[in-house]
Amino acid sequence: MSVLVYTESEGGSFKKVALELTSYAKGVANATGGDVTAVSINGGNAADLGKYGADKVMEINDATLETFNAKNYAAALAQAAKAAGAKTVIVSSSANSKYLAPLLAVELGAAYAPNVVALPESTSPMKVKSTVYTNKAFAINELKTDVTVIGLAKNAYGLQENAGGAAASAFAVDLAGDNGVAVTAVDKATDKVTIADAEVVVSGGRGLKGPENWHLVEELAETLGAATACSKPVSDMGWRPHSEHVGQTGKPVASNLYIAIGISGAIQHLAGINSSKVKVVINTDPEAPFFKAADYGIVGDAFDVVPRLTEKLKQFKANNA
Amino acid sequence: MKILVCISHVPDTTSKINFTDNDTKFDTNGVQFVINPNDEFGLTRAMWFKEKQGATVHVANVGDASSEPTLRKALAIGADEAIRVDAPATDGYFVAKQLTKVAQDGGYDLIIAGRESIDYNGGMVPGMMAAMLGANFVNTCINLEIDGSDATAVREIDGGKESVKTSLPLVIGGQKGLVEESDLRIPNMRGIMMARKKPLHVVPADASEAHAATTSFEKPAPKGAVTMVDPENLDQLIDLLHNEAKVI
Repeated sequence: MSVLVYTESEGGSFKKVALELTSYAKGVANATGGDVTAVSINGGNAADLGKYGADKVMEINDATLETFNAKNYAAALAQAAKAAGAKTVIVSSSANSKYLAPLLAVELGAAYAPNVVALPESTSPMKVKSTVYTNKAFAINELKTDVTVIGLAKNAYGLQENAGGAAASAFAVDLAGDNGVAVTAVDKATDKVTIADAEVVVSGGRGLKGPENWHLVEELAETLGAATACSKPVSDMGWRPHSEHVGQTGKPVASNLYIAIGISGAIQHLAGINSSKVKVVINTDPEAPFFKAADYGIVGDAFDVVPRLTEKLKQFKANNA
Repeated sequence: MKILVCISHVPDTTSKINFTDNDTKFDTNGVQFVINPNDEFGLTRAMWFKEKQGATVHVANVGDASSEPTLRKALAIGADEAIRVDAPATDGYFVAKQLTKVAQDGGYDLIIAGRESIDYNGGMVPGMMAAMLGANFVNTCINLEIDGSDATAVREIDGGKESVKTSLPLVIGGQKGLVEESDLRIPNMRGIMMARKKPLHVVPADASEAHAATTSFEKPAPKGAVTMVDPENLDQLIDLLHNEAKVI
């Protein structure tokens, strides 16, 4: 009853989510019995996964997997899952993993449960808890297939150190040459924290009055090593790119800290950021609905509060470095 | 070009989410249902292909008769034909399986589905359809151009975007960006009148088993009260974030 986990890497080392997923896989393996096998595609140092509970690491190094391609990656993972005799395959909620997971599930004849927030409620039958209605509720889903694919929701489990041997071995895959979709260009800021990976997100709304004032958000974000985001009206008005829009029809945020500046807190926005652990709201209007969903609130003018907060946080960071 | 747009019938984004029957069923009381927003961006892009490139646009849904007003709305926006697979949408796999059958029967060149529905957030229907059909697949698609049987698309990735070249037959997981919010269409009276005469076929579901079943729903635990901080005392906020919340 092996649990297989797809551990994503970037630039030759494992992403933090890979370590979180390995921790989670160990939790699942403890419940089902069996070991944890990590699959690494052109990835990092296997020992890093051992610390979080990987017993084995299947290392796939293949030139055709140099750049991400959902079809080939899904095929490689399916071959690894079959070779390992895995009953449960764990994937993340990254854009790439959400892209490949349905393909993988079809390949394995497996049920796919995305957005899972905790260890299984039971493992026989497999029952998992997922967010539904864009974080406004949870569903308990019973998975009826012999093999299952579980997608762990962002930042849902955290890191847990476990002893694992992390015995690495090379695994050769057999892939079709033509995968049908060829990447022609990638446009990705490498020096910026992405909303998907960020532990802290600083988000601005209409209260900032115009794109020229976004330096307030950016300076605060930079101080905290945070990603920047915005509300739907702000992206609709073109003040900020669509890729920064968080909310029900935009990106979900599941950071440890979410700071909302000048955002009133429409139900659609709250749905998108609900999975964030701690929410700070700064708004001039004491009646803004966002305060009801916040952990900490400041009624005040962003133009006054945010620069002072940034300064104080800089001092705090300097003192606690 | 023959386009199939898969339409999910979902509660409007402002809906309050409640459950009945001992938390096993969604409470539809007072809830307005709409075309899933991610599907509506795809439908609107499909209309562009119809008007500029002579495509025909077909819409399909898996659901009971309560989905029909949503399909009629898609017809009023301009789709040529609607198909409803007469079965409750039990899980993503079952829906993908049914829509794959519709796609195979209709011989479509391009299939557009939303990257996820805003009710179950499964995000699996377009990918599973692509796998079952053996078609090319681009998920989280924010731009799509078709030229003959060639397609170019832009996909949103974590922290950026990626341009790809592919070809028909193609399945798209669509979202905002395929068209802008301001491009979305509100059906006019003429569209609504014409939609009444357009075909809406009801077809039986093929026999396949769901892979998953929702046994119950839960609402998030109520949140504790907000701690208000004086804007003149920002040190207190930093102290709370550091010592109480432990997030900085």
